[in-house]
Amino acid sequence: MTDDTETPVPGAGGNLLSGPQPEPTRAAGYPDAPPRVGFFTDTSVCIGCKACEVACKEWNAIPEDGLELTGMSYDNTQGLGADTWRHVAFIEQRKPLGGQEPGVGHESVDVFAAAGALGTSPSSPGPGATAPAPGDRPADAPGDGPAAAAPAGEISPVAPEGRTELRWLMSSDVCKHCTHAACLDVCPTGSLFRTEFGTVVVQEDICNGCGYCVPACPYGVIDQRPDDGRVWKCTLCYDRLGVGMEPACAKACPTDSIQFGPLDELRERAAARVAQLHSAGVTDARLYGEDPGDGVGGDGAFFLLLDEPEVYGLPPGPVVTTRDLPAMWRHAATAAVSLVALAAVSFARRPR
Amino acid sequence: MSGSDVTRDGVEGARPGRDALTGTHAGRRRRRRGRGERAMVPDAEFSSYYGRPILNRPTWKPLDIAGYLYLGGLAGASSLLAAGAHATGQPALARTAKLGAAGAVSLSLAALVHDLGRPERFLNMLRVFKPTSPMSVGSWLLAGYAPLTVAAAAADVAGRYRLVGAAATASAAVLGPAVATYTAVLVSDTAVPSWHDGHRELPYVFAGSGATAAAGLALVCAPVAETGPARRTAALGAALELGSFRVMKRRMGLTAEPFERGRARTLLRAAETLTSVGAALGAWPGGRNRAVAAVAGAALLAGSAALRFGVFHAGVASAEDPKYTVLPQRERLAAGAREPGGAPPAS
Repeated sequence: MTDDTETPVPGAGGNLLSGPQPEPTRAAGYPDAPPRVGFFTDTSVCIGCKACEVACKEWNAIPEDGLELTGMSYDNTQGLGADTWRHVAFIEQRKPLGGQEPGVGHESVDVFAAAGALGTSPSSPGPGATAPAPGDRPADAPGDGPAAAAPAGEISPVAPEGRTELRWLMSSDVCKHCTHAACLDVCPTGSLFRTEFGTVVVQEDICNGCGYCVPACPYGVIDQRPDDGRVWKCTLCYDRLGVGMEPACAKACPTDSIQFGPLDELRERAAARVAQLHSAGVTDARLYGEDPGDGVGGDGAFFLLLDEPEVYGLPPGPVVTTRDLPAMWRHAATAAVSLVALAAVSFARRPR
Repeated sequence: MSGSDVTRDGVEGARPGRDALTGTHAGRRRRRRGRGERAMVPDAEFSSYYGRPILNRPTWKPLDIAGYLYLGGLAGASSLLAAGAHATGQPALARTAKLGAAGAVSLSLAALVHDLGRPERFLNMLRVFKPTSPMSVGSWLLAGYAPLTVAAAAADVAGRYRLVGAAATASAAVLGPAVATYTAVLVSDTAVPSWHDGHRELPYVFAGSGATAAAGLALVCAPVAETGPARRTAALGAALELGSFRVMKRRMGLTAEPFERGRARTLLRAAETLTSVGAALGAWPGGRNRAVAAVAGAALLAGSAALRFGVFHAGVASAEDPKYTVLPQRERLAAGAREPGGAPPAS
């Protein structure tokens, strides 16, 4: 009742419930496994085209997942589920893109004058020319408050409050293929298993639809298909990996926002990319899920984000639920003993 | 379409105050409703993805799974009463408890199979044994326990094979407490905040709740002369259940909030009242009356059921609100950053 490890594979080291585990494939019983693979999703270059969603659906023959318009944003896919294995989040924020001039504040520059002066003195376009001087404001349109109008001579997305900064964040979410995968740990049938590539896959011919993995997943990835009864999630294109091809979403991504490869290499690439973004002034850039010391032992699919994880619908500090399982079994055992003691006390004194 | 347009002449069609400001409304913490005993955590703001839940909603059907939590507790504790009554020579109480255990566990199995997405594959549950999966452990427990309860009940009713019946009764009493308490691990071993965060105390709550249910069944069905142990079980079980539940809620902090809201609140208030009233009526000397005993027993049975359904619904509600996922994780990350000693201990 107090076992705290899975049955260890002989000569492979134990399969830990939590904490850093360098070689989950080895611990799962593959002595000569290929390097662990995964995704690095660099959201700073995601353009929200959803080619990954489409490619995933086509390759894996996933049924339609509802044709609703959410009205909240360009995101009508809403979230990961049984019939959505890639989901492109779309966030609109009143924040500037780091290090970028959003095209405001050039009071002294007149683009038309500059255009007219092209080839003569491009470095010093004179003021005046076609547009009114920055100080002159044309009469406000009726009904517009003074703060609602953009200063004349500027093309800028001015909000009624006078705020001028806006950015769109797009991020393609996917199953994280955790090092310590709660779905795999709690699956009672052995339907969920770790592949030789270190990914986590459902065997659909074994799944009996008990649904335990659904609340176990700390990311809300895996879900049950109601008309089918079984659970489904990203397989990291297990069939394609087997013949040396990259997953469909990574193949389809036009900006290489989704990068596929050996996890070690992806981590190096990601660290370099973060450093590059930081030096370019994008101080918001951070990696999510790449740390093998985190609550799930690091993700097989990790991300470069430009804001807090919860903004993208990701949990900020997920922990594999089975980390606490040894304690749970201990408490249950103590409670069972208490129940026996309670009954014993109740029978200790014979009635009458 | 309905928003404003930005042109060279400024903004056209703006309706000041009417535009939804991105990121400003979603996730603002609602004020605590009513006169809560205490503010468990200070008001906190958090971000979310359009207020959408982070976790997927549990797909378990409430009637099947909350019903199973209830019936499993009823069966497990009934097996203890059966063995006690068998050993102390109270045949009517023993028969009630044996039949109750066999009936409840049979219904449990039916509910569990019914809840499967592929019921015809229920035997896959016994394909592997995984200590990391409470459902796998539970499947093997039930596979051993259910036949024992049926054998014990059958031997009692038939009045034959007394030795086999006694052995089955004793063995069922060994497995029964595990059946009654492992269900707490079953729901705690998930990412559902209000279930997981209660993992220390929930087994005790479920043990107490199972005891009150089994005592309730005995009070309803057994002759008054033999209900003495059931009355004491009811009182002790109610104390264990209500006491542990209070301790649990106090320790959980923010994630205890779903227990105090909506349907869960109604069910848990009802559970508290019914269990207290049932246990008090049972302990009352005037309760040695057939009708009063039946009322007390019915209240205990209903109270235990209400508790299981309340816990179930509170968990589902906590999974549906990103607040309960984000804020505790943020708190934990902040605490971890303050003391660079690594992750907090497991329990």
